[in-house]
Amino acid sequence: MGHSHPMKRIFEKPASMTDIPFPYCPGCSHGTIHRLVAEVMDELGITRRAVGITSAGCTVRNWRQFDCDMVMALHGRGPAVATGLKRVRPEAIVFTCQGDGDLAAIGTGEIVHAASRCECITVIYVNNGVFGATGGQQAPTTLIGQKTTSYPGGRDPSFSGYPLRMAEMLSLVSPRSYIARTSVHDVKHIIATKKAIREAFQIQIDGRGFGLVEVLATCPTQWKLDPVRSMERIVQEVIPYYPLGTFSSPQKEG
Amino acid sequence: MIYETRRSQALLEKTLMRGNEAVGEGAIRAGCRYFFGYPITPQNELFEYMARRLPEVGGTFLQSESELAGINMLFGAAAGGGRCMTSSSGPGFTLMGEGLTTLAAAQLPAVVACVTRSGPGLGRIASAQSDYRLATRGGGHGDYQCLVLGPNSAQELYELTYKAFELADMYRNPAIILSDAILGQMMEPVDLERLPWNEAPQREWAVRGKGDNPRKVIKAAPHTDDELIEWNRCLKEKYDRCREREQRYELLWTDDASVALVAFGSTSRIALDALTRARGEGIPVGMLRPISLWPFPEVAFQEVLSRTKRFLVVEANNGQMVEDVRLAICGEAEVIHYGVGGGHILSPDEIYGEIVRVYQMK
Repeated sequence: MGHSHPMKRIFEKPASMTDIPFPYCPGCSHGTIHRLVAEVMDELGITRRAVGITSAGCTVRNWRQFDCDMVMALHGRGPAVATGLKRVRPEAIVFTCQGDGDLAAIGTGEIVHAASRCECITVIYVNNGVFGATGGQQAPTTLIGQKTTSYPGGRDPSFSGYPLRMAEMLSLVSPRSYIARTSVHDVKHIIATKKAIREAFQIQIDGRGFGLVEVLATCPTQWKLDPVRSMERIVQEVIPYYPLGTFSSPQKEG
Repeated sequence: MIYETRRSQALLEKTLMRGNEAVGEGAIRAGCRYFFGYPITPQNELFEYMARRLPEVGGTFLQSESELAGINMLFGAAAGGGRCMTSSSGPGFTLMGEGLTTLAAAQLPAVVACVTRSGPGLGRIASAQSDYRLATRGGGHGDYQCLVLGPNSAQELYELTYKAFELADMYRNPAIILSDAILGQMMEPVDLERLPWNEAPQREWAVRGKGDNPRKVIKAAPHTDDELIEWNRCLKEKYDRCREREQRYELLWTDDASVALVAFGSTSRIALDALTRARGEGIPVGMLRPISLWPFPEVAFQEVLSRTKRFLVVEANNGQMVEDVRLAICGEAEVIHYGVGGGHILSPDEIYGEIVRVYQMK
């Protein structure tokens, strides 16, 4: 028998990723989202001029994953760091990867004003509804009734507030921004997420404005669910509160 | 003495500037082209000067939504290799602590001007020197230092701001100009031509997209315990080097002084009048003026300790620099503090009275 013909390679690691294994828990969506970002960077041919900005939380170590220049930012300050960098290096493609604790809690000021200035940056916002890295505390995005280590009895909006819908909020800020919410719970939605990430980079490449994709993500470890049940929860509980869609899209030039 | 020389120079060759503006022009002369900041009194003239001047020289001025955002924009700009600065005062300077420690951790050069107002809390916009401790202890968490310079005239604000950019680059560390409301608002002639036009040096470590090179990472956190040990060892080595090479000070009439007045910044200007009067009356008093507040000029104290038995530390706070003086003297002479924590500016008469009292102490 033997291999008379070389086997055709039909799947491989994107060139924009390093060989370092993901540090994420089984069933976590971060790996999928990182891969999509890397695929888009490959396809748009921007890796050589890309600068990624990490944040605190589960994304803190992603400087090891992307094979491009990287900067580590403080908790919530990614959009401010990206702003300073982009003003100095307008030719660079600057993106942040931020979780919901980072972007929707401590970093609300920075993300709102980066959007209002229409900074030419791309934001990948991973919303898993919980503080993952610190042990499962309540995030601003935690759903009503969801149990966390901060509020073991579940989120009671009369006591600790309502979950923040950041994509909708930010879409009100500037007409020159692309803002979408997607999910990665199945193949169809993974493909849609990739398309949205691509658009969020393209708007920066074209110098048209600010791009943000909120990606609904699982956190089986802190949700205390297995990976399959976590994906099911996205469909049954998360998407009903956080509807998918494009909330803001600038007029294309020409 | 140094002031006499300056007064005799032709005023026509000089530009009358506010202290805050002198900081701005010093930065621009040094090649600073990026400013990120948030309004706060009494630093607004510096902020507005940069807003006006930077576009004229092809630079970028951006008003941030907070001091937190401003210092983090500075972090991003520094990571990209831009020569950049921000400025603030008391409450805003406190907020910048997280950025200062992270700039130091990532070994990024940047300059921050703190035009001190009185605290604590929201305080008042009246001048004080009560941010001395905050600035000289780094301003944020962790084992690190900022280089801190304490000018006392518009000319020095101009020149030391310029110097701060050089030091920040030399040591890849944030540098602070510690000014105050008096210095910031005071108008004095400045000889701008004493400094050449400079520009940001090439920085191989800056991120701009890897191009054909291996990727670069500006790290604000080590990945392993071993890396952390090495990280802190490197920082300590750098700060030891600063202590060795960057102590700056001025000595005035200390050759025969049994009492040395120690003052920095605006207080040293006020103290000069009191000192001149005391000298005129035959009191052997001199002045040791720290110019680098970190590293603290300990060598200056060693220099005068053989003849000076009393150190009168005058500062516009309740006793901050006096701690450094005590450490420098290590119990080998008497140290007396005289100061007030904001709301009242010490007069030459008050300082003169204190000089006489300390001189006559048994």
